[in-house]
Amino acid sequence: MNPPAHLRESYLFNRSVIHEIQRAADEGIYDIRGWGSKRWMPHFDDLVFLGASMSRYPLEGYREKCSTEVVLGSRFASKPLVLKIPITIAGMSFGALSAQAKEALGRGASEVGTTTTTGDGGMTSEEREHSNLLVYQYLPSRYGMNPNDLRRADAIEVVLGQGAKPGGGGMLLGQKISDRVAEMRTLPKGIDQRSACRHPDWTGPDDLAIKIEELREITDWEKPIFVKIGASRPYYDVKLAVKSGADVIVLDGMQGGTGATQDVFIEHVGIPTLSALRQAVEALQEMGMHRQVQLIVSGGIRSGADVAKALAMGADAVSIGTAALIALGCNSPKYQQDYEKLGSSAGFFDDYQDGKDPAGISTQNPELAARLDPIIGGRKLANYLRVLTLETQTLARACGKSHVHNLDPDDLAALTIEAAAMAKVPLAGTDWIPGANRHGKNTDSF
Amino acid sequence: MTTIDLENSTVRELNRELHTASAGSWYVKNPRGAHALAVGLNAPLYVEIVGHAGYYCAGMNQEATVIVKGNVATGVAENMMSGRVHVHGHASQSAGATAHGGLLIIDGDASARCGISMKGINIVVKGSVGHMSAFMGQAGDLVVLGDAGDALGDSLYEARLFVRGKVASLGTDCVEKEMRSEHLTALAELLRQSGADADPSEFRRYGSSRKLYNFQRDNVSHY
Repeated sequence: MNPPAHLRESYLFNRSVIHEIQRAADEGIYDIRGWGSKRWMPHFDDLVFLGASMSRYPLEGYREKCSTEVVLGSRFASKPLVLKIPITIAGMSFGALSAQAKEALGRGASEVGTTTTTGDGGMTSEEREHSNLLVYQYLPSRYGMNPNDLRRADAIEVVLGQGAKPGGGGMLLGQKISDRVAEMRTLPKGIDQRSACRHPDWTGPDDLAIKIEELREITDWEKPIFVKIGASRPYYDVKLAVKSGADVIVLDGMQGGTGATQDVFIEHVGIPTLSALRQAVEALQEMGMHRQVQLIVSGGIRSGADVAKALAMGADAVSIGTAALIALGCNSPKYQQDYEKLGSSAGFFDDYQDGKDPAGISTQNPELAARLDPIIGGRKLANYLRVLTLETQTLARACGKSHVHNLDPDDLAALTIEAAAMAKVPLAGTDWIPGANRHGKNTDSF
Repeated sequence: MTTIDLENSTVRELNRELHTASAGSWYVKNPRGAHALAVGLNAPLYVEIVGHAGYYCAGMNQEATVIVKGNVATGVAENMMSGRVHVHGHASQSAGATAHGGLLIIDGDASARCGISMKGINIVVKGSVGHMSAFMGQAGDLVVLGDAGDALGDSLYEARLFVRGKVASLGTDCVEKEMRSEHLTALAELLRQSGADADPSEFRRYGSSRKLYNFQRDNVSHY
């Protein structure tokens, strides 16, 4: 019901805020939810491409080649990964997601020649079987961690943080701890599972270097070692990760999704992907390691435009999580009635933590999970990934680039002062980069 | 027994040889605190390291027996799945962290967080253990013949803790529990396997009160 036009809603105490205060008063515990940040913040939408004109030659669409291949892990691993597209699937656990959803992610990624990633809970047989290239996450909880899976993985991702909650551990509420999930995690069924926020056997970058050495020794220096960080101090974290021996940095901005996290964490911890990416690239460039240590960025990637802009800013690849689930059917209007029964609506559903997902994705309920056909889901995801890739190529060709990695910050302009400052590209129609001189260097005099 | 002298060989050469073997015995000289010694073993090998070892010695061990005639740094036998690791000296932090199986014996003391997030390993420490030992321990037995530091068993799940000496303090949700006959039997067997000369009746048992297994408003002050 819309209120009468003469009523004025408080900006500070709007209906959403009032609802949360009263919910907190009733329940006495903070709000835990899935999805990612819902607040506005500067993002790739605030950048535009400067297509070719007199000074740049565009490439002919559909005729002239624009390559998308990406090699990950060429620094130390004897078996680096070769991806056909610059888009990977982010780590999401079996437990947070159904086995069918994990299988669908593997099928879709494999169809287009890219990686999918395990999560906090170990590797499932479905996931390994249907993922040609599988990245095995090494998390603080070490749930399900075992050397056999480590050896049959294609790469190892040491997880230090997540964009939705840098500094926070994972959660999996009791309603999603099924018999199988409990067994994989060596936990009692039905408990509210807390994942540790830091690793149990190392602290700090010096220890991380030794940990990476151990993982390389166990796997005979074959596997690329990724280090995943949540975006908070990416300039320093990236430098430390490189010094610790990482082959690949995975940088997750604060728009990155989660299966279950406190709302206050999701909305108030971390920095936007746009700002984090620029800092990470600067750190790599200063070390002479840009393109030597590959950078994967995630957190709010939705379209080929987002992919192309991330690559132009210096990423080697992007990773998608929330968008991949949406491609599988998450928040589809098809389930509107079911969403309404849960007090939500298609386009708003974020209660991944409850295990009642009508789309059968973020659930362990067998009946709900059966709604997702992993073969159809895999095809949808592959279609979506193809569209992202085609869009990225289209934009790269328009800028005259024969490989998507040839996109660079000179191809970009910013639409807002905030985006110009964060991405360090000029405000459109000017040569002004807030916080930098005209050569792009930092200056305190601005 | 094959001898590998780390004065002349690298850790990579040692581990490569151990990874390709299906059986046999190795005598490792001059470890000099090197990290990642004998990690990722996956066969019933026997490895004897004479001297001190660095971080993650025998990490992720499967089936092998690894003896260290010296002290070990952080994370000995971390994430071990099976087999036996015996440290004749002392162990630094996080001994047996997250390990799923096998037996870890430490003749001396173990520092902080011994058995952190243990998931099925059995650990016998003949000396004392530091603070936060068995933090978030999920399964397996931790046996301490000496004393335990502060916050023993904090946020414990289903791991069982047996301590003969004093416990400085118990962590959140960790309580003393009745020592029943099945516990005495299991403890006696672990003491026998580890060659420890101790009477099971002298130990106390600690475990989870299971009050924090679900988020409840009444427990907010405990988190």
